[in-house]
Amino acid sequence: MLSSGLTLIFSMMGVLNFAHASFYMVGAYAAYTLTGVIGFTASLVVSPLLVGALGALFERTALRRVHKFGHVPELLITFGLSYVVGEVVALVWGRSPLTFDPPLWLQGPAFTIVQSAVRGLSVVAGAAPAELCSGVGDACTRFPMTRAFMALVALGMLASLWLLLTRTRIGLVIQAALTHPEMAEALGHNVPRVFMLVFGSGCALAGLAGVIGGVTFVTEPNMANIGPIIFAVIVIGGMGSLSGAFVGSLVVGLLQTLPLTVDANGVDVFRHLGLAIGPDSPLFPLLRIKLSETAQILPYLMLVLILIFRPKGLLGTRES
Amino acid sequence: MKLVRKPLVMAATAALLLAAGSAQAQKGETVKIAWIDPLSGLMAPVGQNQVKTFQFLAEHFNKSNPAGVKFEIIPIDNKLSPAESLNALKAAIDQGARFITQGNGSSVALALVDAVNKHNERNPGKEVIYLNHAAVDPDLTNSKCSYWHFRFDADTSMKMEALTTFMKDQADVKKVYLINQNYSHGHQVSKFAKEIMARKRPDVQFVGDDLHPLAQVKDFAPYVAKIKASGADTVITGNWGSDLTLLIKAANDAGLNVKFYTYYASVSGAPTAIGAAGAGRVYMVAYGHSNMPGAFGKLSDEFKAKFNDDLYTQDVYNELLAVSEAMAKAKSTDPVKVAAAMEGLKFKGFNGEVEIRKADHQMQQGLFISVWQKTDAKNKYSVENTGYTFAPVKAYDAYVASTPTSCQMKRP
Repeated sequence: MLSSGLTLIFSMMGVLNFAHASFYMVGAYAAYTLTGVIGFTASLVVSPLLVGALGALFERTALRRVHKFGHVPELLITFGLSYVVGEVVALVWGRSPLTFDPPLWLQGPAFTIVQSAVRGLSVVAGAAPAELCSGVGDACTRFPMTRAFMALVALGMLASLWLLLTRTRIGLVIQAALTHPEMAEALGHNVPRVFMLVFGSGCALAGLAGVIGGVTFVTEPNMANIGPIIFAVIVIGGMGSLSGAFVGSLVVGLLQTLPLTVDANGVDVFRHLGLAIGPDSPLFPLLRIKLSETAQILPYLMLVLILIFRPKGLLGTRES
Repeated sequence: MKLVRKPLVMAATAALLLAAGSAQAQKGETVKIAWIDPLSGLMAPVGQNQVKTFQFLAEHFNKSNPAGVKFEIIPIDNKLSPAESLNALKAAIDQGARFITQGNGSSVALALVDAVNKHNERNPGKEVIYLNHAAVDPDLTNSKCSYWHFRFDADTSMKMEALTTFMKDQADVKKVYLINQNYSHGHQVSKFAKEIMARKRPDVQFVGDDLHPLAQVKDFAPYVAKIKASGADTVITGNWGSDLTLLIKAANDAGLNVKFYTYYASVSGAPTAIGAAGAGRVYMVAYGHSNMPGAFGKLSDEFKAKFNDDLYTQDVYNELLAVSEAMAKAKSTDPVKVAAAMEGLKFKGFNGEVEIRKADHQMQQGLFISVWQKTDAKNKYSVENTGYTFAPVKAYDAYVASTPTSCQMKRP
């Protein structure tokens, strides 16, 4: 979800937005505050708009001034912004996690996967009745509603973005303004305003992700530390490609979770090859580490490999 | 004789020495205790609760304590980082604190012990005592033990002794899954669980042994899926703070039906996450439980009324009382004399008779196993206002949980 917003900004404007995850955090905090006033469902709409407005304001007042100096000043100013936002959030809401619970319609399981010794696999909407799960050899795994909602919104976001950019007049104007700004201006479009709107929309998408992320995970000032992983998604998926962002997020998600289920380590690999590795062998400290413990760094390893072997990413369109 | 040049200094020193020698010289003195623990990040709620605990209990003891001293707590945020903690220690010493206290994270504790040792070696006359209220890595009172370090919590091995003594009689414990934080304390929990279980219940299988980054994981769903797939009926975890809260939250979301045997289920956030879904399924081993009788129970209720929060770091009571008892015994607030007086100190703590073992400065105390259940007439205290409480199911005397030490202490 976050990646789609970032890729929109980056691919369309060529601005590397370091503060993207900060807008994600602001979205969560804004929703937390608004939920108490107008309810969760309304804040699901209002918070992203608010964050988008903030993003547009930032673009209008700060980013536009440094845009002409190139990528590095842009990167630096958003980098600075991410620190400012982090500290402001900590000042306003405090440094400790907030209890931000999803509303009733998002609580409870979306569906339950029932594994039965007799009937095999089946899926039941909502919580499965107790008699299905209590038998010998039966097991039920619930899939939380918040996650289902998150997946739905993310897919919806990607689809609508793609439709907007490729199938509507606004999308065409945006694309034209970004690739041939002088020409678009000559044809009477307000290019700076287009830039502002694009940046604002990217931030609004981050805000929406924040609202949902906030209720699903934890709402606290370290939320914004997911920055690096988004960049991994973008680079692996490919710069400037929405489908790339989608594929990238799937790849990173799988890389982070699948290895957790594998407890094998280097020693076991060598054992399969018929070599015994003992505590005194060279490289033992490295080989002793379980695959499940390395899951955290695999996406970044992938990032490095992609940059070496295919700099434009899996589905990327740009070489630079 | 160079000394004659400074008759004034000599006189002052003599006066001070005389004063220290006179009876109850420490009465009315202010004892500054620097509190070095996280006030930001994922573990902030734990730190914030503990600052309140320290200030509340300091206030309580300032009304009356054996030594007649006044406690002043100086909170310093260490962001749960060993490096930050060393800066915090310097700041504390600069502010005139001669007693420091820390508890969250044995990683931090090991760094602090080392720094305190060095400081005391280099600055005779300015010694600092380190009061440890929660860092439970056994190394702190074994291979890395220090004369200046005193632990008031029970260490990992003691808690595991008590926990396994209880578990060995539970017929439904057959397949155990270990999930812990990837740092010294988590490693020790995993190690002792396997060692002691093999001795007491060789038939118990360990079907998983996971370590995850400390205070980093926000989504435990993959780990829960793994526990589910392993067919475990029991999970042993030394997790605390967000790492326990989010683990239990994910387990409840997925409908994972196992028993949790924990060290820190009463710590901020976890009780709310356990909620009704965990009734009868979450056990905790600790030096106390939610429903301590007598005077301490009243203190807990006062704390609740004042802060709407739980007083779960109960050993802070023993810590402040021990310091005061030792000061009364030494008739001084000088850390060197207080440290000497604390060795082998026996007194009545909130959880019964306790003793600071001279050999390694590990508090010897009884331990309780408690279970998460609905409040009832006997167990009234509603933890985090959930309507549930940790009710004691078993109490073990100090000798049951006591573990030997290999400490070779260097005494000054």
